[in-house]
Amino acid sequence: MGEARAFDEIWGHGGPTNPRAPLEMLAGWIAETPREELARRLEAAENTFRQLGITFAVYGDRDAAERIIPFDIVPRVFLADEWARLSAGLVQRVEAINAFLDDIYGERRILADGILPPDIVFRNPQFRHEVVGIRPPHGIWAHICGIDLVRTGPDDFFVLEDNARTPSGVSYMLENREAMIRLCPELFRNFRVAAVDSYPDRLHETMRSVAPPGAGSRPVCVVLTPGHFNSAYYEHSFLADSMGIELVEPADLVVDDDVVWMQTIAGRVKVDVIYRRIDDDFLDPVVFRPDSLLGVPGIMSAYRAGNVTLINAPGNGIADDKAIYSYMPEIVRYYSGGEAKLPNVETYRCREPQALRYVLERLPELVVKLVDGSGGYGMLVGPTATKQEIEDFRAALIAEPHRYIAQPTLALSTVPTLTEKGLAPRHVDFRPFVLTGRDGVQVVPGGLTRVALKEGSLVVNSSQGGGTKDSFVLLPDSPQLQAQSQTLGGMFQQQELGS
Amino acid sequence: MRLIVEHRTRYRFSEPQIRLIQCLRMTPDDTDDQTVVGWSIDVDCDARLRQSRDGLGNRQAMLYADGPIGAIEISVRGEVLTGDHGGHVRGTAEPLPPEFYLRETDRTVAGEALGAFVGGAVSGLLGADTIDAATRAIHGRFERIPYVEELRDAATTFAGTTATGREMAQMLVAGLRTAEIPARYVGGYRQREGRACAPHGWVEAYADGEGWIAVDPSTGGRVDERYIRVAVGLDTAGVTPVAGSRLGQGEEMLDVALIVEQARRQ
Amino acid sequence: MLMLSRTAASLYWLGRYVERADFIARLVEATVRLDALSATPAGEAAWESALNVTYTDEAFAATGARADQASVARFLTIDTGHSGSIVQCLDMARNNARAVRTALTREAWTAINRAWLLFNSRMRPGNAMATLNLVEAVKAETRGFEGAILRMMRNEAVWFIRLGSAVERADNTARLVDVKYHLLLPEGEAVGGIVDRDQWTTILQTVSAVTAYRWLYSEGLEPRLVIDLLLTRPELPRSLAACVEESVEMLGLLGKRTGLQGGADRMARARMARMHKTRTPEVIVGGLHEWLSAFIAENLALDRAIAQQFRFI
Repeated sequence: MGEARAFDEIWGHGGPTNPRAPLEMLAGWIAETPREELARRLEAAENTFRQLGITFAVYGDRDAAERIIPFDIVPRVFLADEWARLSAGLVQRVEAINAFLDDIYGERRILADGILPPDIVFRNPQFRHEVVGIRPPHGIWAHICGIDLVRTGPDDFFVLEDNARTPSGVSYMLENREAMIRLCPELFRNFRVAAVDSYPDRLHETMRSVAPPGAGSRPVCVVLTPGHFNSAYYEHSFLADSMGIELVEPADLVVDDDVVWMQTIAGRVKVDVIYRRIDDDFLDPVVFRPDSLLGVPGIMSAYRAGNVTLINAPGNGIADDKAIYSYMPEIVRYYSGGEAKLPNVETYRCREPQALRYVLERLPELVVKLVDGSGGYGMLVGPTATKQEIEDFRAALIAEPHRYIAQPTLALSTVPTLTEKGLAPRHVDFRPFVLTGRDGVQVVPGGLTRVALKEGSLVVNSSQGGGTKDSFVLLPDSPQLQAQSQTLGGMFQQQELGS
Repeated sequence: MRLIVEHRTRYRFSEPQIRLIQCLRMTPDDTDDQTVVGWSIDVDCDARLRQSRDGLGNRQAMLYADGPIGAIEISVRGEVLTGDHGGHVRGTAEPLPPEFYLRETDRTVAGEALGAFVGGAVSGLLGADTIDAATRAIHGRFERIPYVEELRDAATTFAGTTATGREMAQMLVAGLRTAEIPARYVGGYRQREGRACAPHGWVEAYADGEGWIAVDPSTGGRVDERYIRVAVGLDTAGVTPVAGSRLGQGEEMLDVALIVEQARRQ
Repeated sequence: MLMLSRTAASLYWLGRYVERADFIARLVEATVRLDALSATPAGEAAWESALNVTYTDEAFAATGARADQASVARFLTIDTGHSGSIVQCLDMARNNARAVRTALTREAWTAINRAWLLFNSRMRPGNAMATLNLVEAVKAETRGFEGAILRMMRNEAVWFIRLGSAVERADNTARLVDVKYHLLLPEGEAVGGIVDRDQWTTILQTVSAVTAYRWLYSEGLEPRLVIDLLLTRPELPRSLAACVEESVEMLGLLGKRTGLQGGADRMARARMARMHKTRTPEVIVGGLHEWLSAFIAENLALDRAIAQQFRFI
């Protein structure tokens, strides 16, 4: 294939011996810390995760029912100025997402002004007529967003996907950091890394700030989980625990007279704000799928009556849908009045005949995605696909072009990763978490870095063999920007003495 | 016409239920063609009712009842003045534009055969004529039966030769959408002299320049003053009069008794 | 914030299952020792009684295996085919713990998870030594759990766990005494003889009461005194008297927290009042088995009343 070497976020284009200047010290740490020591720490981290039960369930496999997501000991680092630019772009994008949701379920000015073709909204099952006419407190719909980013060069970040429904993974951001502080304290002595541990407090504050008007000064907030057999249960319990609020299951909640109550040992308690980790489809069997056993019957009526706030708001799927994604630059421009600071990956909408023709000509070079697929399924990665796979997709595209979008194959950036054969570059993506409450939008300085552990692989999904890394955001004027002569072997010895 | 409705829905449970939550779409709204003179929903047990409007503009009531409940009866009684505007529907709550009603649902996947059939029926026609032609075509193609065990989706119904009135309406909705005509399913009541009554379903379709037009494929014609419009939806599921959830074991049995009659002169 | 009913139910059952796993581990350990001291027929009788004590005799009979050490020890520890093995109790305990992860400290959760993970390794009790190693490891983890519970905040989470433990322990001890008392001595063995003595020692070992017995009674090992200890002496944590008192205490703390009293409180207090008047000689004269059967039934009724009072559903 003759693919040019991807940009490595620590080693740059120059390889281990010639790292990017601001990160020389980290490159030195990677080079000088013995492999066996890194491996030992990695194992210690994974043991901790297993003991804490930070696992995800693999359905239909009792023995392997709970696996941990592989962790990598080498952090990914964002420089302060890189982060400042990223944050500004994230704030702009999430503001636009909220404005779009408030508009599309309200006045629909964006359609009246001809920015979007109406059919991609109205014919989209993610546009939920069940929430038309509802306006959540302060007009905020996407309280918690996870924006998936990829990078191809020092200053080239692209949004791959918006997640405005129930983005997961924030517990990994927090637990990975805990593990790194314990196992590699020398890194935190030598870099000024922005803390992420305020996330639960910020989330709790966000929840309280969007309580319904009648909730009083101490609104009752809860996290709603489908149950402890859900694959993300650890995260649900972790978040409830670290916010100090109840983790409820559907059976704990009762809706009566358009009010949501939870069953306690001394009777019912009114609930004001629910961070629900149940998809729209399953949330309320009276309104959405009647066969849902996970839901809370009547919860949508309480929501419509304004007696409870749901986080995130039902109906948000219309904002992070793949068909809408390709219009995000226009949506951001429409609501913010300026160009999108974070660009999209170039996207061909196969519903448009010209684009379809282009895509069909270049299938072996492109990534083709089902508009309504997720988790890496229903996807063609042209450069690694077989002839047969390409022909199958060609037929599918011709039959139903409106169901597909296509994007160029990106040379995703890499980060050095501990593999069986030693340290080697592996492709990564990044999911920062953005909170929106009554007082505005905030970006937590960190996020979830996912890494494709297989050599050359671009698929980072945990269900398909991806792992995670800690993501350092360096504070401005970190001393390591100047001090480059200190040997990292010295750092390693400090760790030995300290432990 | 002055129409009186008495609609009783009775659920019996083989074991007492701990709790019931139901969404009742049983309340008609005023339009240019119908004026609701009086309307009441009564429940024969201790229950709380909350009125609201859903995203499509339908009036609905949430019913909350605590157990133990062995049976529950919901009695609707009302009186409506209706007029006849040749099937033109005006004065309805319309939170969403007609274009929304082009959306396909699980039950209204038309399939090639139905699409081609309706496409053939409307070819060369414009505006409201397309809607009337499609309505007559569906009406003529099927033998009407009063009842099926379980309502079939549009494509499945089209593969057969018989259909209930509601199945015909759902087929017509699906077929019109394939011809890019916005169409929706309407649930309500129809008065028929000397005949047993059952909740009825028909269709509203949108013609540019003319607005929503109500047609009934079980008669092949337009809707008139004998109809009371209660709720609209994308398909039959969207207008279910009683959609609910119960907490408890056992089976449920449903009895429905309905009378729709013209009020006698006093 | 008042605790969710479901959380309370899970904590209560967590307490019960950990206690049950711990009890089975002790029982297996004591029976291995007894078996080692006894001739074969007596040894097998000991394993049969272990099945009776744990309500698993029927499930075991269904396997068709002979009640010797290898098969019963395996059955009571790692067999996942019935609900009365240590591994199943720990699985249930862990499921309940998982469902209330936020109500537990990391330490408490980790102890449960580690105990559960013991059975994920290849450890397979083949001989007596391997069995003892396994039950020793289980006991260490359940002790760790108990310690973690003691170090948790004094709140209703702890009280529900301890209430569950107390109810479970009462049942275990009553059952242990009932079965052992009626255990037939092998033919030719005299009451008060070596085998009989060993049986009673086994009971004391199972409930960690060997030292307590020596402290409280100057006489040598006598069945009526062992019964007295296990029934009426609140100084011994696993005695019925202690369990009864603990239930009342936990319910009292919960009542203070919720401001509500209910059927379970009344039942538990009435039981304690009767217990204080209970005299061992009268129990023996009146029929120990009948007395224990009534106690076990009442304990079950208390369990039901607790579920109702706190809306476990």
